Amino acid sequence: MTLADITSAPPASMAKAADEFATLAPSPRELMRRRAKSHIGFLTGMAIILFFIILAVFAPLLAPHDPYDQNLTARLLDPVWGPKGTWAHIFGTDAFGRDILSRLMYGARLSLMIGFTAAAIAGVIGVTLGIVGGYFGGRVDAVVVYLTNVKLALPVILVALSIASISGGSIIVLILVLGLLTWDRYAVVVRSLTQQFRDQEFVLSSLAAGASHARIIFREILPNLTNQIIVVASLDMAIIILIEAALSFLGLGVRPPTPSWGLMVAEARAVMFFKPHLIMIPGAAIFLLVIAINMAGDGIRDVTSPEGRG
Amino acid sequence: MVNFLIRRLIIAILVAITVSIVGFALLRFSGDLAALLAGENATQEDIARIAKSYGLDLPIYQQYFNWVISALQGDLGKSLFTHEPVAELILSRLGVTATLAFSALALGLLIAIPLGVLAAVKANTWVDRSALVFSVAGQATPNFWFALILIYVFGVWWRQASVLGYKLSELSIFGMQLSGLPISGSATWQHFIMPVLTLATTIVPALMRLTRTGMIEVLSSDYVRTARAKGLSQRSVLFKHSLRNAILPVVSLAAVQLGFLLGGSVIVETIFALNGVGFLAIRSIERIDFPVVQSILVCLACTYIFLTLLSDIINAKLDPRVRLS
Repeated sequence: MTLADITSAPPASMAKAADEFATLAPSPRELMRRRAKSHIGFLTGMAIILFFIILAVFAPLLAPHDPYDQNLTARLLDPVWGPKGTWAHIFGTDAFGRDILSRLMYGARLSLMIGFTAAAIAGVIGVTLGIVGGYFGGRVDAVVVYLTNVKLALPVILVALSIASISGGSIIVLILVLGLLTWDRYAVVVRSLTQQFRDQEFVLSSLAAGASHARIIFREILPNLTNQIIVVASLDMAIIILIEAALSFLGLGVRPPTPSWGLMVAEARAVMFFKPHLIMIPGAAIFLLVIAINMAGDGIRDVTSPEGRG
Repeated sequence: MVNFLIRRLIIAILVAITVSIVGFALLRFSGDLAALLAGENATQEDIARIAKSYGLDLPIYQQYFNWVISALQGDLGKSLFTHEPVAELILSRLGVTATLAFSALALGLLIAIPLGVLAAVKANTWVDRSALVFSVAGQATPNFWFALILIYVFGVWWRQASVLGYKLSELSIFGMQLSGLPISGSATWQHFIMPVLTLATTIVPALMRLTRTGMIEVLSSDYVRTARAKGLSQRSVLFKHSLRNAILPVVSLAAVQLGFLLGGSVIVETIFALNGVGFLAIRSIERIDFPVVQSILVCLACTYIFLTLLSDIINAKLDPRVRLS
């Protein structure tokens, strides 16, 4: 028998064993995959998110026009379904003659980027605080609860508005602020789950085997939190996208001429009575993205913990 | 109970102090206030002079202590622009914002609780599903967008904007840009219809879901089965036995939501040019009128802390398990 024979053809007994394995009960992961495939809300949500991600990533290739390109001879053109609409500007143009569809695509970039990074920052802060508080308990936990209460008492929109205004509309500051203002939900969820895990056998046995606190937190507890963290992150991202849109709408978030959905609604307000599509389209984009993220988040919760369906 | 009260009160006061420090520091650290106030073409001397006259040249802890000491004596400082006392500015606008927030909360509860009960009774039927769709959609609707849609529907389809106290031409521009309109004193109840509708829709989804979850849990409990076995009518079972228990968490969420509504009315007040605290806040933010901004921040935070304290106490009174833990 040559070496090639050994590696390419597994012994007959092993192939048989694999067959037997397939007749056993499906693994939890396989069950999860099956639940995901039959969860309509999850699939729809993910499909819409994917659609927006593709638009955002390939905006420079897909956008028919430059989103900043003003054309004063082509102002307030009708969308393609309007009386004088053309395929050159599918959603028409705004008061500066800029192409709405192109601005929407670049706006998707901004919304997704801000939502994702701010939710990630909030996640790091909230998960750290929640795990530390839940795991160590006592005084450490009291501090975490205290910080969470302080955070909850801060009026999010007002704080975000003031900081965004004073710092002069930098997107990085905006992301940092939104991250710093929305970590509370992670902390609350992670803390209570960590408290439940702390006294379970798998943690106790690891402790008895001499594992360090860091090892227990990273190897035993954190992996068990992943699903819940993803669910919270999706909700948080949806909220952040809504807050960013509101701040930009009020003129204190993303500044013109950067294409942001909230800003597009604000800019269209002056013509809303005779060009209502100019507020409907960007508003609908926000609505669609947020609803898709929420549906996907609810779906992940149902798929990963079917017993906790509520 | 007394122990519980004292402990909660101390925590609430500590949180309030911390929040005031955080709010104060955030405004100071996110940019150079004196330079912003001086404008773009100001020289170094101008900036230094402004910093000195507003006390911005002092170390931050000293600024904070000066502010707290005068705040405790009821003096929140003066607006940098109108030179009116900040406390008076806020108090004179509190009525509008409180009316908005309380009416929105009342309307929200009036929609959410019956809908939640209905969804729970008809769990997993099309009624329940449509209530769920409604709440998911409500959560995803940006409230500024919803307000504009309301304006469009009332204004263009039904041609009723003037009935609601507005002129169409006013509604299509930003409240902020119409410094003339603000309706201090002249706001009629009609002016509040669209703003209250907008605010109410933002709180209905969460309240409805909580009512539904609570009712489903209670309806499957033993004592409800006993009540049914005794032959009580459906109405008696639902409203006398079940809702009373299911509504507890809803009440405490409502207290929290009221705090959010007070802060969240910024957007609605701006769109509808209602001269409330939110409108004052955003105008002050735009003008870097920091004495007003920091006072509003801290006042809203303290209101929130007070409301959660109140709901904790109510819960502890109704449920002994809370105060013993």
